[in-house]
Parts: sequence; structure tokens; C-alpha cells
Amino acid sequence: MAQKAIREYDAKTILVNHWEKYFPEFTYSYETALVKSGDELKKLSKTNDWLSSKPLVAKPDMLFGKRGKNNLVLFRDSKPGDVSLQKAASWIDEKAGAKQKVYFDFDGDTPKGEPKEDFLTHFIVEPFTPHSQEEEYYISATCVGEDDVLYMSAEGGMEVEENWDKVVEVVFPINATEEEITAKIQANIPQDVAAKDKEAFAKFAIGFFKAYQELNFAYLEINPFVMQGEKIELLDMVAKLDDTAGFLMKSQWGDVEYPVAFGMEEKSPEVLAIEEADSKSGASLKLTVLKPDARIWTMVAGGGASVVYADTIADFAGIEDLANYGEYSGGPTTDETAFYAETIFDLMTRKKDPQGRDKVLIIGGAIANFTDVAKTFTGIILAFEKYAKKMKEVGVRIYVRRGGPNYEKGLADIKEAADRLGLYIEVYGPETHVTDIVRMALEK
Amino acid sequence: MSSLFNKDTQAIFWNNNSSAIQRMLDYDYTIGREKPSVAAIVAPTSASKFEKFFWGGEEVMIPLFKTTKEAKEAFKNADVLLNFASFRTAYDVTAEALAIGGFKTIMITAEGIPERLARTMNEQARELGVTVIGPATVGAIAPGAFKIANIGGTISNIINSKLHRAGSCGLVTRSGGLFNELSNIIAINADGIAEGVAIGGDRFVGSVFIDNLLRMQDNPQVKYMLLLGEVGGTEEYKVIEAVKSGKITKPIIAWCIGTIAKYYDSGVQFGHAGASANAERETAEAKNKAMKEAGIYVPDSFNNLPDTIAEVYTRLKKEGVIQEIEEPKINEIPKTRRNKNFVCTISDDRGEEATYCGYPISSVATPDTGFTIGDIMSILWFKKRYPRWAVDFLETVLKTVADHGPAVSGAHNAKVTARAGKDVISSLIAGLLTIGPRFGGAIDGAAKYFKHAHFHDMTPAEFLAYMKREGVPIPGIGHRIKSVRNPDLRVKGLKDLAKATFPATPLLDYALTVEELTTSKKDNLILNVDGTIGILMVDMWRALGYSEEEIDIFIDAGALNAFFILGRSIGFIGHILDEKRLGMPMYRHPWDDILYDVHLAEDMKV
Repeated sequence: MAQKAIREYDAKTILVNHWEKYFPEFTYSYETALVKSGDELKKLSKTNDWLSSKPLVAKPDMLFGKRGKNNLVLFRDSKPGDVSLQKAASWIDEKAGAKQKVYFDFDGDTPKGEPKEDFLTHFIVEPFTPHSQEEEYYISATCVGEDDVLYMSAEGGMEVEENWDKVVEVVFPINATEEEITAKIQANIPQDVAAKDKEAFAKFAIGFFKAYQELNFAYLEINPFVMQGEKIELLDMVAKLDDTAGFLMKSQWGDVEYPVAFGMEEKSPEVLAIEEADSKSGASLKLTVLKPDARIWTMVAGGGASVVYADTIADFAGIEDLANYGEYSGGPTTDETAFYAETIFDLMTRKKDPQGRDKVLIIGGAIANFTDVAKTFTGIILAFEKYAKKMKEVGVRIYVRRGGPNYEKGLADIKEAADRLGLYIEVYGPETHVTDIVRMALEK
Repeated sequence: MSSLFNKDTQAIFWNNNSSAIQRMLDYDYTIGREKPSVAAIVAPTSASKFEKFFWGGEEVMIPLFKTTKEAKEAFKNADVLLNFASFRTAYDVTAEALAIGGFKTIMITAEGIPERLARTMNEQARELGVTVIGPATVGAIAPGAFKIANIGGTISNIINSKLHRAGSCGLVTRSGGLFNELSNIIAINADGIAEGVAIGGDRFVGSVFIDNLLRMQDNPQVKYMLLLGEVGGTEEYKVIEAVKSGKITKPIIAWCIGTIAKYYDSGVQFGHAGASANAERETAEAKNKAMKEAGIYVPDSFNNLPDTIAEVYTRLKKEGVIQEIEEPKINEIPKTRRNKNFVCTISDDRGEEATYCGYPISSVATPDTGFTIGDIMSILWFKKRYPRWAVDFLETVLKTVADHGPAVSGAHNAKVTARAGKDVISSLIAGLLTIGPRFGGAIDGAAKYFKHAHFHDMTPAEFLAYMKREGVPIPGIGHRIKSVRNPDLRVKGLKDLAKATFPATPLLDYALTVEELTTSKKDNLILNVDGTIGILMVDMWRALGYSEEEIDIFIDAGALNAFFILGRSIGFIGHILDEKRLGMPMYRHPWDDILYDVHLAEDMKV
């Protein structure tokens, strides 16, 4: 996936590293700290005076927004702007100590939908910045359809969605020149921006949009930023990077991390192992475990084919029965295929089906363009040999459908191996519709 | 331009992906194309000038170039660029090709080009009216005419899926893997495809569904279309609009894959980078529903897609829109093929009569044919028939260098060897072995250095300073005896001939200004015969239209020395035959002509 969310702390760090280039008329103090515990914060205060000398604001930095509405922004002890280092540290430890509920959707201030529950692990701490509501602004940029869109509003802060009608949208085609961009932004500064700030706002917005473009952000939002003359504070930021540009942006982005979103299950060791194998291979190996106890497991070649198999299983059996989603493609070696197959066979033979049914293994795929089917099937056969006993204990029926270079040999080999090992198998080639084995498997 | 490719379409293939290129050529041979679909390969780091590929059971050579520009200059009609560069360079390769111009279609295979670069590239191509297929695609095919790289898979699969000849379906997919599958399904349930494009899996691709479907609407060979969409994005709605507005009137069968995505939140990525659904409208279900409502043929599930295809095809056939297709003849590729170890591009002895570059020997051998030995040299050495003035010059060079008396090292060696009782070939080789940097080699050096100086617009003074820095005496300048006042008449003869017959002699003119400067320093620093020959060869090749690079290749290959070797062999053989005739005894060099200065070796003084 090309667009990856980064932490608020990293977004600010990237901007500050290029501040002079994009915002030469403005200053930004970059007083910000990313910590995992109160202890860490206290340690940081020894080298960062502001942590002990200024009142603080603390909040989780874990890719989710609406932290204020979720009551996860610490800015007051007894009154706004009186949070001490000690208080921030103890608050962080308290919030990190137990699972927290986070709602992603709100109707006004009322949470909507189901919350996610997980531990908070990363917090961003910054000085409390006294300012008036008039000094708060909203700005963001992203790509919509084919074009870039810049959003600007004088109504920054928590209620920007409620006040979306006041947001000015400016659309730029990809081939817009610098002059066109400058002129268009200058002509579209939101009316509500104070007259004295209009020119500075335009300068900041032009720099912001340029930074968004040139630093290959896929999404960049500051809500709000505070403008006090030439002094800028970035109170809250959300950013996604286009990670395909990573090879161009090595020095510009620095050491940036792509964290797992809050509430997403930690990846299992199996999934992590496949990811590692994938990163080392020229081929593609992907695995997502959806329901480890479910009955139907897939080992499908090709991105498109993996989708139609998943669709078809959902159509015929419903998603409760679908255990995993994934694909292998791009001509993996025999060893890589064997490793991928072993991982799946291992997962699917850990438990019997609670209702006592056979498990179903779909070894599917479309007609390959250049992957040698016999070669990849040799890898699957190696895995069969290792897991045949367990597969028989759990009860597994195997359905194979594949075409492409050397498929006749591949199909004959896999049939022979399964028969020799006493595994139930049905084998089909390109004359059978690609997903029809799903129907056959489920009708039996 | 209603069809993407035809049977004469040729491509420039960027990156020497030999297995993919071989698949293209196998396809070409199978369908009976006259010319290979790949005209040239761009391989920036390769030192080779061509790569061999099988054409049926035989082999053919596809030229290799270092840059797209050179390849395009050599093959102006090749209007397809197959950009197989990695995601790091794919953008630069495309941008360069767009700047060079003359490409109608550019296919980009790399996955994961930075989005901003992909958008810029696609927009530039759109402005220039160039069709971009990809990025992140396996390509496109016009069955029976042209196939990109690996699309369609093996030849046996291509024939099974009827991709070797045009059918009546226009196929557009996002996925490359399912492209093959659908071709197969269409072959089983209908009569194959007329044109097919896998648009690519990245979020930003050049030509989208609607671009390809509108072209197919105008292509009379396409009778109906099949669109395989995907969850995510809104491109299918543009197709719906075109159907509603009547821009597309041919029947469309369509299905969006990824109906499962609705069960999962955005954490699970189904399919391609372009496939994440951000809104209800972008789900596969919503798109399938909207397409159905617009009158597009949408099955109940992907599994039922074959029935829908059969239904539409059968109806169109009944209505007479689709006619029965006569199956064409297929050229079979031999099961075993062997690589040739040697390549020959100048002569052929396999036919009725051996040929020199296509000329039967009898058609060039006798005087009445009008061919002289210079013509034969130009044909066998340079694979071109040179005009009369150039042939005359070559022959003049041979005659001029044929001999220079018995005292020069080569002739001396030949004579000594002959007197030792050795045969003609041993004696000749002994003589030839002296030819090199000190004897005869000045021709190469003169051509090389004068050409370099002239090309870089050095003044004679700069040239002299440059040679001084190089630490090399200027090759082709200076004579033992001859001087300004006692000119070398061989040089005069060559100069006069060139002045009278060459279209122009820029390098000679330049060399004469250098000579003016050198002779002002020392009287005998004249342009000598080696220098004159080397320089005039360059003038000749320039006048014949060779590029500077091509001339450099001749010089580096030693072609100039070859004239000296060939010419002087005449003289050496003369000396050898002279010795044999005279019956001279074994030669032993007299002691008194050798300075003996031998001491007891140091370590032996114990």
C-alpha cells in the first residue's frame, strides 16, 4: 500500500527539518517530545528545559484523531494551562497502564459506533500555548481523484468538521505551475481570516502546499495551527506519506516509522515471518489471518485471483468460514513457496473444526503469465510431506486449480504426492472455471 | 487510431529482458508476423551491440542501444516503448521518451512508482496524445498482430485461449493475472478477444477503463466489451456515464471484484494498491449494482461470469453481429532449439553459390561486372558498396603502402625467415608480426588523435599542447628524411586525389594547419604518409555519412591498420618470393655488428 500514516511527532519533525525552505518568514519552536512512559518524559526534561519550565499538553500519538472528544488530551490539572511535568508524567503512566476505549466517530460530542480497545503506547508532549480562538486556523492537503486539493479555514480546532462549509477548497491539477499555485492560493484565502493575517496566511499556505507536494506527503493536515505574527505553533497534525517515494526521500524524511494503527491486532509471528520473507524476495508473498479457527484456508497465486477466491468463498459459505486472505506471485522459488505453504498448513492444522467438519484447503490460481507452476507446486509438495500427518488428523480436503507455464506437470505432481501421502485431493486445470473449485468444495 | 496495434507494429524494449522478448518473438513467429515485434533493445549498461533470439527454429539478432534516443533514431517506425525499467527509473525513461517523441504507446511495467511522478508522467502523456498502459501492468495484446512481453503466458496457453488470432471481445482488466484467466474464459464461452489491455494495479495509471473502452467502441473488430473492475476508485462510473450518454453503444459485460471487502474495515488490503475503497460508492457491490442499472451485463457473481459471456456472445452471433471465424494457420515452433556459437553477417556459403553480402561471387568477380578489388573490400569489410571515389581511394591506399623496400623491419623479418628455409606463410607472418605501434601503427594513431582534436575544435597550438600533456609524439607527423623542401610524393599523390574527388576534406584541411605549425618548429615535422592515410580515411567515412561513434568503432577495431596489413602483405610476399628465387642461404648476423657487454652475474661471484 502506497499511503502510510505516520506519527504526529514525525510529521512535525519532517516539517521542521525543511522549515527554512518552505516557511522562511515564520518561526516555529519545535518544542515537542515523543515518549512511551512518564519516566522517559522526566529523563527528557533534563535536556529539554521547556518540559519543566512551561505548562504542558500531553496526548497519545498513535494515528487516531478526535483525541479531545475521547478525553485523551491533558491540558488542565485544576485549570487550563497548569499541567506540570509531574502531572503529565503520572497521567501518561495512568493512561498507558490500562486498555483504553477509543471512539472513531462522533455525532457532536456523542460517540458513535463501536470503540476499539487497546493499550496506549506513544504520547506526544508539548508546551501549552495560550492563544485566542481567532488565532486558530485549519489547513490540509491531499489528492482527490487526479488533482491535489488544498483545504483552508479560519475555523480551526475540534469543530472543523461541523464547520466544513466554511472550509475553502482549492483544486490544482498535477501540472499546475508554481505561479499558478501561488496566484490561486492568494485569491482564495478564506474570508474569515483576519484582515491583518491574510497576507501571512497566504504565505504560510503556499509554503505548506509546496511542502506537501515536494516532500511527497499523501495527506497533510494541521488542525489547528496558531499564527501570532510571525510565530507559528503546530498544535495538532495528521500526515500520511507516499511510501513508494521512499527511495527519493531518504534524507528528507529521515528515520520515519510506520506504526500499526491503534486497535489493530498485533501481527502474529506467522504473518511477520511471511512479511520478512516477502521483503527479501523479488516475488510477492502476502498473508492476512482473518479467523484462525475458521474452516476454509486459501493458498492462492496472484493478487487478482486471491480477491475473486475470497469473493466466491464469501458468496458460497459466508465470511465466517474464511480463515485467511493472501497471495503468492511473481515467480517465487520452490523454497519460498514451501515456506509459505508450511506457514498456512501449520495454522490450519492447529485445531479441529468445532463442528467436526473437514477443513478445506483451496490451492487456487489463474493462468500464470510466467510463473513456473510445476516449480511452485514442488514447494507445496514439500510442505505436504511435512504436514501430511497433521492434515490427516485434522481432516483436510484439498482442491487445486491452476494454469500457466508447465501446469500439466505441476498438477500431475501434486496429485501424485497427495495420493501417495493419503491426502484427499481434487485437481483441475484451465478448462475448469477459476473459482469453480470453491463451489465443488462446498457442495460436497 | 481505433486499434492499439497492428501486424506491423514494432516496439523498442527498454531493458534487455530476454525471456520476455523471446516470448514476443515466439508469438510473432507463431502468428506469422513478417518482422519481429521488437525492433531494438535499450540496455544502458550492456557492452554488446546485439542480442540473439530464436525466430522459430532459427536465430535473429536484435540490435542493442545504450539510449532510447539512439534506438529511436535507428528505428523511426518503432512507435511503442516497452518500459521495463525499475520503479526507480521508470519515470525518467518515460519522460525521456515523451521528450524524444514519435511514440504512440508507452507501456510501463514497474510497480510502486512514486505517486506524484506517476501522476506527472500520465498527465504529460495525455497532453501529448500518447497512450500509457500501466504502470504496474503485464501489458496489452492485439491477438494476431502484436503482444507485449509476458501477457498471455506460454504459447500453448495463447493458442488454448485463442490469443493467436483476433476474436470479437474487447477486454479491459486491472489485474494482469486475471487477464489471462478471462482470455481463457472468453475463448471457452465465446470466440476470443480482438484487443485486450490490463491497465495496471497502481492507484495512478495512464489509460483508464474508459479510455480503452472508447477506443474499442471505435474499433470495428470489437463487437462487445468485457470490463473487469475492482473495489476502490470511481473509474467504473465514467463507463456508466458513457453508456448512459450513448458514447458507448456496443454491449458491455462487467464485474467488479472485491465484493468481500465490505465485510472488513480498511485494515485488510484486498488486491492492488488501486483497490482500497474509501467510500460506499467505491465498493464493488455499489459499482456492480450501478453498472447493472445502466444496462451493462453484470452477472450475479464472478463464478457466473462465464454464463453471461456465453449468453451475450450467442445472442450477437444469432443477430449476425458476430461471424464465424476462420481459424488461421499456426507456425509451430520446433521443440528443440540450439543456440548458434558463431554469427556471420558478411557472407553465406549455404546456397547455390557463395555470396558476399548477398552478391553471388560470380556477379562481382570478373571485370565486366564493374566490381574492382576496392568494391569487394568495401562490401566485405564495411557491408556497404562504396561510391567510385571512395573505392578509388581505398585502392590508392593499398598501392601506396604495398612496399617500402627491404630495410624496414617487416620486410627484413620476412626475408630472414625465408632464408631460414621457412615457407611463404611462416615468412609472411614473421613480417606481419612487426606491424604495430612503431611500424605502420601511426595510421590508427593519427586518425584517432587528429579526429579528437578536430571534433573538440582545438586550435593547432592547443592540439600540440594537448599531445604534450598526453606525453605522446603526434602520430602521423614527422619523417626521417623527407621535409618541407623535400616533400614526400606519396603524400602529395594522396592529397591531390582527395582534393580532386572527395566531397570534402575537413580533417585533412585541419591537419595541414597543424603541419604548418609543426614545420615552423622543425623542417621535417611534416604530415607523413601514415598520417595522411589515417586522416583521409576519417574524411572519407564522414563524407559517406558515418557517425563519429561509428568511425571510432572502426578505428578501435583496427580497420585502419588493416589497410596497411593488407597492402604491405603484397610487398612482403614479393620479398619472400625474391628470396626463394635467389636461393639465399641462412642468414646469420655478424658478431662485429653486435655490442657484447656481458658480465658474470652478481649472485655467481661467491
